[in-house]
Amino acid sequence: MRRLEGLFSHLLVGIAVAFAVYPLLWVISVALSPDAMSDHARALPIPEHPSLDSFAVVLGLRDGRTGLFARQVASSLVVSLATAAVAVGVATPAAYALARFRFVGKSWGMRALLATQMFPAVASAVPLYLLLEALHLLDSRAGLVFVYASSAVPFAIFQMRGAFETVPIDLEEAAMVDGATRAEAFWKVALPAVRPALAVTALFAFMSAWNEFILAATLLSRESAFTLPVVLQRYVGEHDTAWGPFAAGAILVSLPVMALFYVAQRQLVAGLTAGGVKG
Amino acid sequence: MIALARLCRRLSTPSLTVGVLWLAGWAVCLVACALCLPACAEPPSVVLWHSYRGAEERALVTLAKTYEKEHGVHVELLAVPFDAYSAKLAASVPHAHGPDLFIDAHERLGIYRQQRVVADVGDAFPDADVAAFDATAVRAVTLDGVRFGVPLASKCVALYVNDEYFVLHFDMGGPQTLDMRTPVTSIEQIVAVRAEMPEGSYPLVYEAENPYYHAAILSGFGGRLLEPDGRYGFVGPEAERSILFVRDLTARQIVPAEPSGALVKQLFASGHAATAIDGPWLAADIGEHVRFHVEPLPSIGETGLPMKPPLTVEAVMLSPQGAAKPEARAFARWLGGTESAVERAMTGGQVVTSIAAWDSPWLRDAFTLQAFRKAAALAEPMPTSTRMRAAWVPAQEAMRRVLRGESPSSALPEGARRFEDALRPPPPPPSPTPLIVVAGLLALAGAFLAVRRAREPTFRAELRASRTAYRYVAHAAVVVVVLVVLPLLAGALTSLFAGTSSDPRYVGLGNYVAILTARGGPLLGHESFYLTLLVTVLWTVCNVTLHLALGVVLGVVLSRPLMRLKAMYRVILVLPWAVPSYVTALAWKGMFHRQFGAVNAILTWLGAEPVSWFSHFATAFSANLATNVWLGFPFMMVVTLGALTSIPKEVLEAAEVDGATRWQRFWGVTMPLLRPTMLPAVVLGSIWTFNMFNVVFLVSGGEPDGSTDILVSDAYRWAFTRDAQYGYAAAYGVLIFLILAGGSRLLTRVGGAREAQA
Repeated sequence: MRRLEGLFSHLLVGIAVAFAVYPLLWVISVALSPDAMSDHARALPIPEHPSLDSFAVVLGLRDGRTGLFARQVASSLVVSLATAAVAVGVATPAAYALARFRFVGKSWGMRALLATQMFPAVASAVPLYLLLEALHLLDSRAGLVFVYASSAVPFAIFQMRGAFETVPIDLEEAAMVDGATRAEAFWKVALPAVRPALAVTALFAFMSAWNEFILAATLLSRESAFTLPVVLQRYVGEHDTAWGPFAAGAILVSLPVMALFYVAQRQLVAGLTAGGVKG
Repeated sequence: MIALARLCRRLSTPSLTVGVLWLAGWAVCLVACALCLPACAEPPSVVLWHSYRGAEERALVTLAKTYEKEHGVHVELLAVPFDAYSAKLAASVPHAHGPDLFIDAHERLGIYRQQRVVADVGDAFPDADVAAFDATAVRAVTLDGVRFGVPLASKCVALYVNDEYFVLHFDMGGPQTLDMRTPVTSIEQIVAVRAEMPEGSYPLVYEAENPYYHAAILSGFGGRLLEPDGRYGFVGPEAERSILFVRDLTARQIVPAEPSGALVKQLFASGHAATAIDGPWLAADIGEHVRFHVEPLPSIGETGLPMKPPLTVEAVMLSPQGAAKPEARAFARWLGGTESAVERAMTGGQVVTSIAAWDSPWLRDAFTLQAFRKAAALAEPMPTSTRMRAAWVPAQEAMRRVLRGESPSSALPEGARRFEDALRPPPPPPSPTPLIVVAGLLALAGAFLAVRRAREPTFRAELRASRTAYRYVAHAAVVVVVLVVLPLLAGALTSLFAGTSSDPRYVGLGNYVAILTARGGPLLGHESFYLTLLVTVLWTVCNVTLHLALGVVLGVVLSRPLMRLKAMYRVILVLPWAVPSYVTALAWKGMFHRQFGAVNAILTWLGAEPVSWFSHFATAFSANLATNVWLGFPFMMVVTLGALTSIPKEVLEAAEVDGATRWQRFWGVTMPLLRPTMLPAVVLGSIWTFNMFNVVFLVSGGEPDGSTDILVSDAYRWAFTRDAQYGYAAAYGVLIFLILAGGSRLLTRVGGAREAQA
């Protein structure tokens, strides 16, 4: 019975994996040979004349701009890591308060927070630009981080509040009975208990900054500060698109995310087995 | 990630405030440096933005270096992605953060002038230089007698001819033959090639559903997309004949169905097309396998009229700041000059507008360029009127409807109606008094409630008790109010205005009235608010249900402790979310192509009939749905995995000991415990899906006929493709907000009630 169940779940996951991977195989096949869009319909994405040319183009090996590309990777990393840090840093204490304390304006604040997510982002682009201009943060990565954090913080608050609510309150109370202050209970008891959620939330914030294109293209005006989605979008022209480098770039861009997710999902496992949380 | 968590832990609350201050201080320093830098720079410098790629960019970089060496002026180039180019200019130039010069197409001059992005080029293009340029190009950059750019290059489509075809072989006796090219002068010659071509190859490939390409055919029937007086032109007998002509070409397999730019390139470059109608950009992608030459477009035999493609003149334009700088003007003039033109033609492959450049010996043998120059001489410059922008979409929708079988006598006038609808004048400005009165009353009521609350005896105590909590929420509150709430309120206020951003006119609730009355049309008519709302709700419900089902099932399966290869599965399943969606959405669109898509290939392999995915609402909607489910399920899976970590194993074990089956444990224990963590994700997921613009825009693009558009993509169209009606788009935004606010309250209440039961 257990075996059958194991088989069944492998089958289920196998189908999901096929669904997840199939379109990506097309992207990979285009990256390996730009001619992959063939003159006849095919069900299997096998490149006809595979070459690594497109990857070389993206990495700047063809025109000696590898240094620039490296700086753009660094720029992307800085912006995305800073977004994740700011979002998690700002949101976590607030989320804790929302999960643990009763205070004046709490329900009103939660509703307002949810409301901010409902406006289509297009509506606030122009005012944000004016705001950054007033703060002299235009054309700086710090300004971009602020903008990204602004959209990442509300989500991080929701996510972390949910996580804090699942932590049994008795743990903190026990710590405070033992003489810990509220702040110590937060830092030493509650925070370690929500580590998996923290990792996932940081990953979400990182991803949202890592893949954003329009704001980055509008707010940054130095080529070395461009983030990778902007660099990628350069392969799309008015009349023609360089599909090979575009696809190759997409694959390169997703590698760090995969690496981070690999690390983060270990946190998920750790959360499963970590003791002490289970009250 | 672990390091990050540790870092967060190390910062205690007071030091977090310090951290934020430190960050702000750092930002101020950075700005100070940035402000100081240009002042420190010694040589005069000019900034030039462009969206060139490949060879054209290389030529520009060479030119900038040459100019720097010869004239001692530093030229700073910035290559901006085309998709963000116009928006970036419109955002930055009016606030003096833009470039001195920028290169763009002349047809955007009308909009740029309206947005105050361009200025009179002055002595960059003096009267003395007029004779040095092609007359058409000069005409294109001149608006109301003022020159707004120095012309650089012309772009228009021409006929690419595969040298295998249209060749006559003369037997000269013995082994010798003489091959003679026959020029393609009429489209009927191309049609005749069908007989000698195998299936899967086509006499002519071009983007037949794109009005930019169809404009050439239309001119061959004596019509045009926009009349010189600004009337919509794609209506009437000429337009009907032109589109029926194309429908006939498609039906006879002379032109392939649903031809995209990539498909045109592929078919011609692989030798599966005798001719192609495309611009100079195609030449670089053809490669070694196919020998070809380029000719001006042929004429339409049945009318005897030549096909005149629309002509785009690329010019270097000056922002108001740049026009005030003598170095910028001098550089603009030099860029249009002969030396620069030869370089741009040679390295960049541009069809330059400088006449003298063509006398250069280098260009005399550049046959493809020469052919494009001949084609440009016959072409018709694109109108600069801002009305042109509103004509593309109605024309394209009308074309597609006819190509999919509808009668042109109903589809084309409908296009004209939509054009007029998009450009209707804003309602008369009402008096702002009612708004002020309402706002005042609301403020009074708010103040009254606040005072009454503050006077309650318990309130002070509550406030005092809240102090600890405020220390935790203060940063977040400041960040959210300044960066999220204020910009949104400002955005919402624009919904009370109509007209363009440079000329806003207060209309009160006029935009809302227009939207909610479907602008006088039938309430469930084409792209009416209510119909789009129904589609959006259907879209959201289908997506969230599937996301949740797939995400939870996979999350639960993948958290089974005995599952092997768990880590690998998890990473693979998160891939759809990790790869940027603007690439994968396009991959999905390619997979749904009728003739060449993988989905139809699989269907055929399974023995089913291929489906024309984007010509029916149900199939186009399913294509969007499949793409978005694919993009979205990893998110729910990760959230589920995260939520499952907080379910104590003991509870499940206890249930197992009590004899609960796996099914019972899932519904009775796991699901209720998942709900509190999952609920916010579901609410947010629904909101995001409701506003999921990318997938709809990139996959179906609203096809067929705008029916798969959701509210947010409709708002986008009003803002960007229909004469920049930002106020109208903002009103859509506010309505979306109101609907979501109501919907999410309902959802939380239902979810909360269930939670209470559990």
